[in-house]
Amino acid sequence: MKKIVELKNVVKTFSGAVALDGMNLTIYEREIRCLIGENGCGKSTMIKGISGYHKFDSGELIINGKHYQNITPREAMDEGIQVIYQDFALFPNMTVAENIMMIDSTTQNRRLVNWKKMKEEARRTLERIKFDIDVDKYVADLNVAEKQMVAISRAIAQEAKLLIMDEPTSALTNAEVEKLFDVVRELKKNGVSVLFVTHKLDEVIRVSDSITVMRNGKNVYESNENTLSKEDMIYYMTGKRLSEQRSEDVKREGVPVLEVRNYNLDGAFKNVNFSLYKGEILGISGLMGCGKDRLAKALFGIEPASSGEVLINGKPIGLIRRVQDALDHNIGYVPEDRLTEGLHMDHTIADNAIARIIKQLRGKYSLLSKEVVRDKQDETLSMVRITGLRRDNPVRTLSGGNQQKVVLVKWLAANPDILILNAPTVGVDVGAKSEIHDIVRDLAKRGVSTIVISDDIPEVVQVCQRVLIMENGEIASEHLVKDITIEQLEAMISGKNKMVDAQ
Amino acid sequence: MTTRSGDRRFLAQFKDANVIRLIFVTIIVFVIMSLLRPQLFLTARNFRSMGYQLAELGFYSMAMMMTMVSGGIDLSIIAISNFSGIAAAFILRAAALNGAAGFTLLLYGLLAVGVALLIGILCGLLNGLIISRLRIPAMLVTLGTMNLFTGLAIILTKGKSVSGFPSQVLYLGNNTLLGLPIPLWFLIGGLIVTSILLERTSYGFELKFVGQNPIASLFTGMNNEKILAKTYVYSGILSAIVGLIVLTRTNSAKADFGQNYLFQAILCSVLGATNPDGGYGKVTCLTLALISLQFLSSGFNMLRLGGYHKEFAWGVLLLAVLTYNFIRERRMQRTGAARAKS
Repeated sequence: MKKIVELKNVVKTFSGAVALDGMNLTIYEREIRCLIGENGCGKSTMIKGISGYHKFDSGELIINGKHYQNITPREAMDEGIQVIYQDFALFPNMTVAENIMMIDSTTQNRRLVNWKKMKEEARRTLERIKFDIDVDKYVADLNVAEKQMVAISRAIAQEAKLLIMDEPTSALTNAEVEKLFDVVRELKKNGVSVLFVTHKLDEVIRVSDSITVMRNGKNVYESNENTLSKEDMIYYMTGKRLSEQRSEDVKREGVPVLEVRNYNLDGAFKNVNFSLYKGEILGISGLMGCGKDRLAKALFGIEPASSGEVLINGKPIGLIRRVQDALDHNIGYVPEDRLTEGLHMDHTIADNAIARIIKQLRGKYSLLSKEVVRDKQDETLSMVRITGLRRDNPVRTLSGGNQQKVVLVKWLAANPDILILNAPTVGVDVGAKSEIHDIVRDLAKRGVSTIVISDDIPEVVQVCQRVLIMENGEIASEHLVKDITIEQLEAMISGKNKMVDAQ
Repeated sequence: MTTRSGDRRFLAQFKDANVIRLIFVTIIVFVIMSLLRPQLFLTARNFRSMGYQLAELGFYSMAMMMTMVSGGIDLSIIAISNFSGIAAAFILRAAALNGAAGFTLLLYGLLAVGVALLIGILCGLLNGLIISRLRIPAMLVTLGTMNLFTGLAIILTKGKSVSGFPSQVLYLGNNTLLGLPIPLWFLIGGLIVTSILLERTSYGFELKFVGQNPIASLFTGMNNEKILAKTYVYSGILSAIVGLIVLTRTNSAKADFGQNYLFQAILCSVLGATNPDGGYGKVTCLTLALISLQFLSSGFNMLRLGGYHKEFAWGVLLLAVLTYNFIRERRMQRTGAARAKS
């Protein structure tokens, strides 16, 4: 079989941090290869290297038999390599036809647009993946699955020979995933290879011809067959036989620390009711767009709910309308996007760590003393282990996992009673992830009540004691984690077989 | 923990690359001007006259720096100081007309100061509330209020200057105390207060955070609106103080006095390592920038540079500083951003 892309012993570092450490990969013509690996194992870096956005430090990149030292995005496209990122990179203010044909018309430097021909070609492209949609519709009006199909069509319109799909199913319902698989198989028939990047193991078994597993920047398993068992996949991904570590269950007695009643926000969530007990770790999970993210923001007062009630230790406090309301009741919030919401990237690690509690450090005449501030910074930073810590460096110089620990520590310093963690380990490497999980479990033991918003199911199962599943803005079901498995939970979230009640 | 002595803390700030760079700039400007016009530049008279002029630009630059640290800018500083200066001038003129002396004159004086500061506070509050509540860019808001305050001042004075104050007022603006011009003492006090605000209060700490990333500040539980409002009020107070200093120096107040200062204040703030995108500012740097700009300005006068040439020179200087900062920033981010991406 003809090789389309070949990587040999590729290395990529970012100022000393190793992202790829001798990675090998071969993709053949007409194959669906699944690439699996945990967050932070180097998958994205590798994809960006193949498509020309990163330059590999060393190693060989061979595309269609040609050696490339320093491939540009343009060259990668000319070789037929197309990447579909999670956000699809479409133009929402343009129509389906315009999006599909965009590159075509811009790169040929034509000044005039032949609308009729453009629409026809767009339609023809859509037919090739058997997808039926009005080409005059604006992309902004499409749902996630439809947008994805448009992105795939755009790639095909550019004569893709290899389609790289980065976590393509993370926002899809089960029926939509099936449709995507049909399209992928159709593409293969048309002579296109697909590199399917995912961490959902069931999908790997169902769709792949061949499998590559990555860990810590290199391939630890590579096969041209689809024969790997799920247990072995996990073993190769994590390097451990999964001794399912879980949090000990707690007693849910007495007055809940937090009770949310009939919480509503138009277009985001409706009739949300739940309780959180002292020392409990409650997971809230669901598909992208199910409302869990906006519920979290509403509970911290960033984007307040429109109606409902919150009770803290049994006392009704009405709605949480502003961040100050949340702070008054000692609620902390670790945001999803640490780059824009979590940290002040240009300020020092030490200053970020005490940003929440700076007011408490005021002394005589309300002034800050350098010594007091410095001691508190050191004390705060010593609560977690941050590798390569130089306290007076900008926090931007840290890796994702270490940055996330700084965000955590910033809130730990304030001793919250209730801590909301929104996607606490997205983009965090494996080691830091388990450390963050340990920190959360430890906090719970010390009596902090925690809500973990996450769509990382293994994480929910390992950290939480109870989990709420949200669907279309409502809480669809509630489960005790000790009674279910990762597979059952994954199935429920993607809507395969709804279990009535696992309790 | 080892105890850190005050000396070492004082010395520590000279490790800051910005401070070292600015010390060099100041020395170079000083040497060039001394060589070009030694008989005029290196005289006690010149230094005293620079001392008088320094105060006005100094206060304006502090106001500019603080609002820049918050991620904004205040273009209404000159308008605020003229407006508050005119209000004070009306009161002082009344004092002179009534022939007030002794204790009565002191009361008039205090009233004039109080009214000027109050106007500064109110103008700043208006800026701060519009910027923080309505989230309109500070550049547009203060451009609007600049015209508003100037317009009000023109209406009040019908465009004429207000003068005729008791002679004691002039004393403050035109005499020395312990060998230094009195306005310079005010400036030194202002610099110390601003430095304490920035380095030693939780307000200053939070100001730098809000200026660098207001979203993350919100998620950290900082009260962005209050911090911004405080900053523009402080800027208003500093501007009102200039209004009073001008009054005592020139014996008059006028609605369109000192328009050139606006540009120079921006220049001084940026030259003094303040980040115009917010998040960083330092009084030591600002002071050095102020001194070197004053050397330049006096030097230009001695070289008999005309008004237009001077404007041209200031413009070139601002663009050069901004370009230099941009290139340096980009070089720094290249090393940092790559790490953050991995």
